[in-house]
Amino acid sequence: MDLYKLTAHELEALMKAGTVNSRDVTQSVLDRISSVESQVSAYLTVTGEIAMDSAAAIDERRSRGEELSPLAGIPIGIKDNICTEGTRTTCASKILHNFIPPYSATVARRLSDAGAVMLGKTNLDEFAMGSSTENSAFYPTHNPWNLTKVPGGSSGGSAAAVAADEAVIALGSDTGGSIRQPASFCGVVGMKPTYGRVSRYGLVAFASSLDQIGPLSKDVTDCATMLQVICGKDPQDSTSVDIPVPNFSLALKNDVQGLKIGVPKEFFAQGVRPEICESVWKALDVLKSLGAEYREISMPVMEYTLPTYYILAPSEASSNLARYDGVRYGLRSKHSPDVLKMFMRSRNEGFGDEVKQRIMIGTYALSAGYYDAYYAKAQKVRSLVRQAYDEAFKEFDVLISPTSPSVAFGIGEKSDDPFQMKLADVCTIPVNLAGIPALSMTCGYHDGLPIGLQIMGRSFDEETVLRTAYTYERNTEHHRNRPVL
Amino acid sequence: MSEYEAVIGMEVHAELLTESKMFCGCKVDFGGEPNTRTCPVCLGLPGSLPVPNRKAVEYVMRTALALNCSISERSLFHRKNYFYPDLPKNYQISQYDNPIGHDGWIDIVVNGEGKRIRIRRVHLEEDTGKLIHCGGHESLVDYNRSGVPLMEIVTEADIRNADEAREYLVKLRAILTFLGVNDGKMEEGSLRCEPNISIRVKGTEKFGTKTELKNLNSFRAVYRGVDYEIERQEKVLKAGDRVIQQTRRWDDNKGITTAMRTKEVEQEYRYFADPDLIPMYFSPESIEEQSRQLPELPDVKRMRFESQYDIPSYDAEVLTSSKPYAEFFENAVKLGADAKSVSNWMMGDLMRLLNAAAIDISECKVTPVGLAGLLKLIDSGTISGKIAKSVFDEMFESGKSADEIIREQGIVQISDEAELYPAVDQVIAENPTIVADFLGGKEKSFGFLVGQVMRYTKGRGNPQVVNKLLRERLAKVAE
Repeated sequence: MDLYKLTAHELEALMKAGTVNSRDVTQSVLDRISSVESQVSAYLTVTGEIAMDSAAAIDERRSRGEELSPLAGIPIGIKDNICTEGTRTTCASKILHNFIPPYSATVARRLSDAGAVMLGKTNLDEFAMGSSTENSAFYPTHNPWNLTKVPGGSSGGSAAAVAADEAVIALGSDTGGSIRQPASFCGVVGMKPTYGRVSRYGLVAFASSLDQIGPLSKDVTDCATMLQVICGKDPQDSTSVDIPVPNFSLALKNDVQGLKIGVPKEFFAQGVRPEICESVWKALDVLKSLGAEYREISMPVMEYTLPTYYILAPSEASSNLARYDGVRYGLRSKHSPDVLKMFMRSRNEGFGDEVKQRIMIGTYALSAGYYDAYYAKAQKVRSLVRQAYDEAFKEFDVLISPTSPSVAFGIGEKSDDPFQMKLADVCTIPVNLAGIPALSMTCGYHDGLPIGLQIMGRSFDEETVLRTAYTYERNTEHHRNRPVL
Repeated sequence: MSEYEAVIGMEVHAELLTESKMFCGCKVDFGGEPNTRTCPVCLGLPGSLPVPNRKAVEYVMRTALALNCSISERSLFHRKNYFYPDLPKNYQISQYDNPIGHDGWIDIVVNGEGKRIRIRRVHLEEDTGKLIHCGGHESLVDYNRSGVPLMEIVTEADIRNADEAREYLVKLRAILTFLGVNDGKMEEGSLRCEPNISIRVKGTEKFGTKTELKNLNSFRAVYRGVDYEIERQEKVLKAGDRVIQQTRRWDDNKGITTAMRTKEVEQEYRYFADPDLIPMYFSPESIEEQSRQLPELPDVKRMRFESQYDIPSYDAEVLTSSKPYAEFFENAVKLGADAKSVSNWMMGDLMRLLNAAAIDISECKVTPVGLAGLLKLIDSGTISGKIAKSVFDEMFESGKSADEIIREQGIVQISDEAELYPAVDQVIAENPTIVADFLGGKEKSFGFLVGQVMRYTKGRGNPQVVNKLLRERLAKVAE
């Protein structure tokens, strides 16, 4: 039996039954990494020894008959912008190439407390800025469905790792679609929870008001299992929200009877490819056949979400990334005759082009003479986006759209055209601006590449999103398909 | 009379007396090994997040209320972005649009005249680390101070001279120490004051170019620094030059200010609301709650001291200028000591000794219990007022109680008549001429005889008893 192919809930059942143990599972996934990683390049760091040690510890606890979490002994990947004590955390940037955090992110701690086995740190666009993982300062990740294609980004390493069975589940982070778009490109389930649902403590900040950590998994059940572990108020994150975390497994019901689905037509315009639209409409019909109702609606403010995002996110980033100066950690230029030159040269040598571009845009947008025209105005549009969603959710339980305007594009195809690259996020960005939860799952294929369906829900109503996704998954076969490597 | 008038606004930074730092759990303390009180948050490590210190927010609100400020219903933290190696995130979490408190005032008295200094804002921010220059091309950074809660209090440009500047600060310091939010230690830098000074021709409205003064580590330095700077600017203008917008450093030894840096252009800080922190909302109830917790403030206390204890207005002013003084006074009085005596001893001997030793009353070995004990010994006639002074010096020196000292040194006053008769008789016998003078009506001679008795008793004779016995005996001689 190829254990690496299985989902977390399948593996848990086997481990509970005593058929296999975590060392078997972990070894199987590590072997899988050995055999396909040279083609995929999903990881920046693989921590095989640590993984086997923690697997052994879980086996020991299980053999003593301890009550364990559903994630106990399950091998997972963690995006390399989430701090892990003692394990290098680079953000795929030269400026942090040697950074070993002295502390763990709250999510990493919660996972380790739950007994999850960390396999390593996955690749990303530098500081999560990008939609293809080509902006990694180290190497690009390849899409397991077609190695000449990008896996999406910025959580491309996590999505590719799960798709290629190099991890059972993985953590990503989503600022403008960085979980959902790669999930879509790699044919896995990816979810951005409501802003404030998951602690950001230890997630290296890109745009603090938009960043949120979430799972990438092989199916909806695993997504819910991971959410259960990582959600909840964290006293170390002031923006995490103190409302009860529901039992997400109870939301996994094969039932959409009477579910009201809104279909915002603006998400099907703006350069969304016809084959994508067609696939999403088909999925809607599947849900309709199961008892849901859908209706097309209009949300005109969506036209402005891309420019709004590209003011707000770089503005916050310009300030968040100011701390990389060569003083305390990370890269310090060898040519530092004085402190100002040390700052400038360390940053010049340490940051890649995309990061520099965003820092410059953000610095400009926050400057005294331009603040009102850019940053303040973008904040106003953001309020309008929130209002538009609030209005839509008065009538509908979920909104459904494509995740990405196209299937995975070729490596190098868009890297010279930053504008085209940014258009890839047009369907996912509004969700971050509003802070609502959204999930991406496969709803079809084009040219042998997965197409993503996006399900958006009310703030803190991950349950309805999960129920919709679970019902669709139970009545379709897409999630059973795996790339051949 | 000068043709110019000074226009001065004051910025004060006060480190708050909280247990822990502004946005993390690290301890707040002075000194210590470098970088021992740090964590991922105050070092600005990637991924770390700030969580506001509730106590610090309360302290600022309390201060704002004590300074007659309005409290913002909704208050925000902003990021002030600038690159400097002592600033770990290269932005400082501070406040901008919506400070916790705004539009208040402090009333001061200068040369008997009252004056109101308006407070523009009271806000909360985090302190930076400290650079240690080791000479050559290297500097070290100590982040122990990084993230210490700092309150900034900014006045309107209402101050007109060095006297007002000093009085404002004296009053502000008193209020802060009464509130218990700051230790008032200017010399240690936990209370720092930066006046912005410009001058203009009297009667004109337009502000002149300002300079900002730093390194004023005492009230005296504030007075001298401001005075010097006003005079310097007058000289510049009279010479036909223009004042350059600068930050200037006060040199206390040389008594001059020197240019630190010139900032003709307004710095670009790219302020924006910190997305890591949520807005703070202050309900009327929470404001009311903080108001209730306000202690008696210096002005009110001064008036109460005057009326309740019947002490001179000047004494009351001095005794209420700092919390430890006022507490010392009232504690001694509560122990039964006479208020006027306590006040006299504090205003006189205690302050003299504190000044000579250059220490704060909080470091003083004499306690209210000690002073009350000494006063009791004087009242009961155990020691004379004169002896008491040397006993007090000894108490200040050693921290021993008055009882202990007089027992050890055998200086208990002699009030027992039987013990004093021999000395009285001896003095009368040894000084027949003086006795004759006295009996002849020369009252002055009596003092000499008393002095002689005191000499025999080594100063321990109870003056009243000695007086009485001497008169009795002399009356007998006259018969």
